[in-house]
Amino acid sequence: MNGALSTVTIVAALVLAAWYLLRAALDRAPSRFDLLAMAVFGALVTVLVVVAVVGLFDGSRPQETGTFAGYLITTVGFAPTALVLAKMEPTRWGNLILGIGCLILPVLVLRLQQIASVTGA
Amino acid sequence: MPDQSTPTASRPRDAALNTGVGRVLLLVYGVFALSASARALVQISTHFSEAPLAYLLSAFAGLVYLAATVGLARGGPRGRMLALISCTVELVGVLVVGVLSVVDAVAFPDDTVWSRFGSGYGYVPLVLPFIGLWWIWRHRA
Repeated sequence: MNGALSTVTIVAALVLAAWYLLRAALDRAPSRFDLLAMAVFGALVTVLVVVAVVGLFDGSRPQETGTFAGYLITTVGFAPTALVLAKMEPTRWGNLILGIGCLILPVLVLRLQQIASVTGA
Repeated sequence: MPDQSTPTASRPRDAALNTGVGRVLLLVYGVFALSASARALVQISTHFSEAPLAYLLSAFAGLVYLAATVGLARGGPRGRMLALISCTVELVGVLVVGVLSVVDAVAFPDDTVWSRFGSGYGYVPLVLPFIGLWWIWRHRA
């Protein structure tokens, strides 16, 4: 796992989460900007996952490769799923969906880092 | 918060799918159904013998979350009953397993969603059944 990229992703996720939760608290529906920001964030997460997948083929693999792969798939799919759900919900709850998505993603990235740090022979 | 449920012809009025808050609730329940079941699947398929009790419990928790998600989403008398039962089981489960995992750590060598009141999952498993039961209570007939 790329440490710097993971950190950037986690920080970006937390900043976005605070923004979306604030928007939801102010009773705003997701704006174009909100949705666009989530799309950009999703692209960042995709880059992280691609880097992690490339890392699987050169160097030490995590001991639990299956679990790692499962988390990678979940991680890459999460932002787009939240985006689609938020688009279907043009109320304050759409922003809450985006906010919760941005709170769960750092957990996924942390878990990926944990699993990646245990490398087997 | 205003309840802006717009019941459709095909769905019961109290189906969580109908409202924004309900959809958020379903998203969280869905994430937990997925993570608990996926975790159990990996644990049971790779190293079941290490901690059979904990892994079977993980699988059970996954099924309960799945049932709660479906029940809340569907609504109506049957969905309500399903959600009520599964949310209650969830609440009892997280409390009992939470206490047991603290008091008798030997029986739980590996974590489940409900261990230590769900501390590994940010205590969300402890809060979730209350929100689910609140939803059912608020939408009672």
